[in-house]
Amino acid sequence: MKILVCIGNVPDTTTKIKFDTGMQNLDTNGVQWVINPWDELALTRALEIKEQSAGKIEKVSAINVGLVNSEPTIRKALAIGADDAFRINCEPSDSYTIAAQIAEVAKNENYDIIFSGIESSDFNAAAVGSMIAEFMDIASVSAVSSFEFNDGDIILKREIDGGKETVKIQTPFVAIVQKGICINPRIPAMRGIMMAKTKPIKVSTPVSVENLAEALSFEVPPAKAECKMIDAEETDLLIELLHSEAKVL
Amino acid sequence: MNFEFTEEQLMIQQAARDFAERELLPDVIERDAKSIFPHRQMKLLAELGFFGITLSPEYGGSGMDNISYVLALEEIAKIDASSAVVLAVHNSLTCYGIEHYGNEEQKRKFLPDLASGNKIGAFLLSEPEAGSDATSQKTIAEDKGDYYLLNGTKNWITSADTAGIYIVIAQTHPELKYKGINAFIVDRHSEGISLGPHEDKMGMRSSDTHSVMFTDVKVPKENRIGEDGFGFKFAMQLLDGGRIGIAAQAIGIAGGAFNLALKYSKERKAFGTEIANHQAIAFKLADMAVKLENGRNLVYKSAWQKDNGINYSLVSAMAKQYCADVAMEITTEAVQIHGGYGYVKEYHVERLMREAKVTQIYEGTSEIQKIVISRAILKE
Repeated sequence: MKILVCIGNVPDTTTKIKFDTGMQNLDTNGVQWVINPWDELALTRALEIKEQSAGKIEKVSAINVGLVNSEPTIRKALAIGADDAFRINCEPSDSYTIAAQIAEVAKNENYDIIFSGIESSDFNAAAVGSMIAEFMDIASVSAVSSFEFNDGDIILKREIDGGKETVKIQTPFVAIVQKGICINPRIPAMRGIMMAKTKPIKVSTPVSVENLAEALSFEVPPAKAECKMIDAEETDLLIELLHSEAKVL
Repeated sequence: MNFEFTEEQLMIQQAARDFAERELLPDVIERDAKSIFPHRQMKLLAELGFFGITLSPEYGGSGMDNISYVLALEEIAKIDASSAVVLAVHNSLTCYGIEHYGNEEQKRKFLPDLASGNKIGAFLLSEPEAGSDATSQKTIAEDKGDYYLLNGTKNWITSADTAGIYIVIAQTHPELKYKGINAFIVDRHSEGISLGPHEDKMGMRSSDTHSVMFTDVKVPKENRIGEDGFGFKFAMQLLDGGRIGIAAQAIGIAGGAFNLALKYSKERKAFGTEIANHQAIAFKLADMAVKLENGRNLVYKSAWQKDNGINYSLVSAMAKQYCADVAMEITTEAVQIHGGYGYVKEYHVERLMREAKVTQIYEGTSEIQKIVISRAILKE
């Protein structure tokens, strides 16, 4: 059995996001790129499953849709422990494009389980995982927070409103994972970092995908207003400001 | 010139940073207050390969360069200098000492356990009456034919209790003075070794420091490092490299304090604005940043020279002296920027200030570094 883990290359979550003057493109100057946090959790759990599977899982591969600047992030995935990686050489312009590329590789290479983070921390579309399943015409389970093998069955738990749902599933399928799938993302060991250089990254040209959507522009949220401190005695003023300025009354 | 780190070096730096923030930060104040050794964290660091960072993979090490090593130490020290000193003594002195000066049999016998973290290494040079003057060794290693008999006391030994392997410097031929000194690999649990009480230190409180007493401790002849009388030269050459590790630790402590002061100065308000907007604070931060940058450059240059086979004795002394001194200055200013909050444990900077102090003292005081530096430049 083989697992494919989708790896998004996203700005570090502490990055101050800026756009160019036309508000159409992200200003990447000074941006530090990292593995999308949900994908990093997915990769960690996939590796744990492989280690606990007594050889049932033969390999865990990472896949990224992106240009060459994604490779340090892919190598981090290899350092963490992925056996090999794919990079589909195209701009990850929207979820549909990304999902189409990943589905193509997953299908051609016969992956049994595809792990995708529930969303990316940059565009937050939360669409790639289920779109991959649609492209491949296979099952997908969303909001997965637990993945276990139980007597040969694969048992997933997913978060639902007010509780959890337990699901038994047959391969192939897409597991769209969220927080809880593992405790912490795995920190790469020194040996892993050294080995990453020797593991293969298979670069391929993208399949042609119809462009269905185009981002026209972006807006950044308005700067947070200054915090006003009102004296505890001045309740009338507080009510007045909540009414006239904050407009919450 | 190229001031860029490689992708691997950056990955190691990030791994050390992530580890320190996730595993070392949560209990660091409690470990300091109660002098608790970070056993759990050391085990995890060993699993990640931090116990044989520069050791050859042939002996179970990670085979990284010295730049990677100092980047890792710096990140660990930003959060927990006690953990950093355990790693520094283990890697710079014990592992490097055996790998570069030991014979093949010694390497095969001792290095795999050190690399895996099964055994922590300690370095025993200082004595009650031989600190900076390391030639005055009173610990005697009497040659008994097929073994040496060790008698004497060593002081201020980092990891004295938790270590499994000691490197002990002792005098075999007192009449030859420093040329009679030898270095030995000693099993910490050998019969005749006893420890003094846990030292109640100002800083580095969660590293375990003791004096170590040797009473008729038998050391097999094959555990001597190098030729008879090589011990002093061995110790001095080893400390050239050890200084790089302590300089990295010192600049890490300084960097940790600087980060906290910078963050605090952007949050704390006084006279209607964040204190960073007051020039009195902004200039302090500017001075701290310049010193940090200078210190880092000296550390990285020392590591780079070591990696490239260029003599690093002078530059590592410069790095050790400068980084230790600016660590003291920067941590003191970080406390000042925090005001009253800096004086309480919750804000970390008082601990970092206490920890900075010893970097001016151990592995060669700042004054000893200036002797090394001045002698070197006057000789040119």
